[in-house]
Amino acid sequence: MSLVTEIAILVLAAFVGFAVISKIPNTLHTPLMSGTNAIHGIVLLGGLIAISEVSGWFNELILVIAIAFGTINVVGGFLVTDRMLEMFKKRPTPQAQDGAQPEDEA
Amino acid sequence: MTVSGIFLRDDTVLDYAYIVAFSLFILGLMMLTTPGTARRGNKVAAVGMAIAIADTLLRHGIHRWGLIILGLAIGTAIGIPAARNVKMTAMPQMVALFNGVGGGAVALISWAEYRHFGNSLGSKHLIPTLFAAIVGSISFWGSNIAFGKLQELLPGRPIMLPGRLQTVLNATLLTAAVVMSVIIATGTHSGLMFFLILVAAAILGNAIVLPIGGADMPVVISLLNAFTGLSAAAAGIALDNIAMIVAGMLVGASGSILTNLMAEAMNRSIPAIVAGGFGGGGAAIAAAEGAEERTARSTTADDVAIQLSYANRVVIVPGYGMAVAQAQHAVRELTKLLEKQGVDVAYAIHPVAGRMPGHMNVLLAEADVPYDQLKEMDDINPQFSQIDVALVIGANDVTNPAARDVPDSPIYGMPILDVDKAHSVIVLKRSMNTGFAGIDNPLFYKENTSMLFGDAKESIQHVTEEVKAL
Repeated sequence: MSLVTEIAILVLAAFVGFAVISKIPNTLHTPLMSGTNAIHGIVLLGGLIAISEVSGWFNELILVIAIAFGTINVVGGFLVTDRMLEMFKKRPTPQAQDGAQPEDEA
Repeated sequence: MTVSGIFLRDDTVLDYAYIVAFSLFILGLMMLTTPGTARRGNKVAAVGMAIAIADTLLRHGIHRWGLIILGLAIGTAIGIPAARNVKMTAMPQMVALFNGVGGGAVALISWAEYRHFGNSLGSKHLIPTLFAAIVGSISFWGSNIAFGKLQELLPGRPIMLPGRLQTVLNATLLTAAVVMSVIIATGTHSGLMFFLILVAAAILGNAIVLPIGGADMPVVISLLNAFTGLSAAAAGIALDNIAMIVAGMLVGASGSILTNLMAEAMNRSIPAIVAGGFGGGGAAIAAAEGAEERTARSTTADDVAIQLSYANRVVIVPGYGMAVAQAQHAVRELTKLLEKQGVDVAYAIHPVAGRMPGHMNVLLAEADVPYDQLKEMDDINPQFSQIDVALVIGANDVTNPAARDVPDSPIYGMPILDVDKAHSVIVLKRSMNTGFAGIDNPLFYKENTSMLFGDAKESIQHVTEEVKAL
């Protein structure tokens, strides 16, 4: 692919990234950071491609580490984000309980 | 070439699958910005990632299966338990760590590529490789320091060289890395020099984050997150991989905006944060002032119970101390009891309570606190003068009136909860130690403030028993 095509994709992706994030409730800052963190785990692809290109035990060693790092980034990133967001999902239930509470008290 | 020939010999179909993958990243990211769809958004992005990985593994050039499986297995074996077992209170440093390994991966890939291909990469690939190596290395080491500070392996206070030496050091390191990169890019092949670039960037990563105080760490992690995204995009150009370019840049851009939003929530500017020193000099000033005799009034659980039971309106201000003591469930019990007695109870949530924006909401949701009891800072602040009791549980810096009243204070200008305006303030705290920013809190010495020392969870449980006994 030509450099200019790649730069064009890069610039467009930057604008998409800017546009997607506008006004976000404070509550979602941490999960959103964690979610974008998981997405840059895409570096794993680089490890997979590079390890099939290089030779020599040292290059192989650092790329196995790179693949392991990338995998931690992907797997850990998505799992941790899901755990954070799981907490928010409970919201409707406590609200329903809360609605019932005043009746109990009355 | 026949259609099936294209399918078999080229990776054309796989290129289309990359488009599906990054579309899912964009969609997932959009869904992540609204509470209702956030969790599904994360899953959508994860599906995109699975497609991108499977796609890459199916490509023709891929053949080192033994090594690939080894790397994937090690990563999975470490990543899954780490993410599953981490306590909610330790989330921020976990994110820092996951971000760091991403940056580390980029730096290592760049290094291996250069070691193998050398200057035969050509400048189209060489320049992004050098960029990715520098930024990835900064991100890796910076994130590790951030992890160390949040995990309290390193002191949370700023660690820096005196005066302008720190700035000089950082500028020298950056210049060295850039100059060496230019030398390599203009045609000199030197494996040693590439290694030295990585080393300079590594020291720079340490030197940038060490001087930053613990209280600014969330913003720093977000900034490094954007850095890793940028380095991933650069590596994508170096490897001619569209999925990496789009996903990396997406994170680079959205991460920068998010960093800005987080800094705004703390009324801090990113240049000021990166310049460092926040909370350092101030601790010294405050300590000197503290030497004058100021006494904090200590109180007992039964006294707190009486105050709470006879109050009309109580506001609970939860902080990181509550999270560490895992006291949120005990607090919820106390709240229920008080509500039964007709006390109006609300929780005041500072935008950066805990250690990350939104951190406290996550913890309270875990304890089933009704969402409508959580009040945001701007809503609750004008009401504090009508509040009978403000119960501060393990929160410190976010209630420090110095941020509002003392222009010399290093946290001056940071928005705070005006708890000192409540009729009486009860602070639950382990000791008189300063908060995460390392700054003394005048709130503790106010006349209407009393302190209940001890573990937050035990203290709350005692108070609950006393309320029951009344």
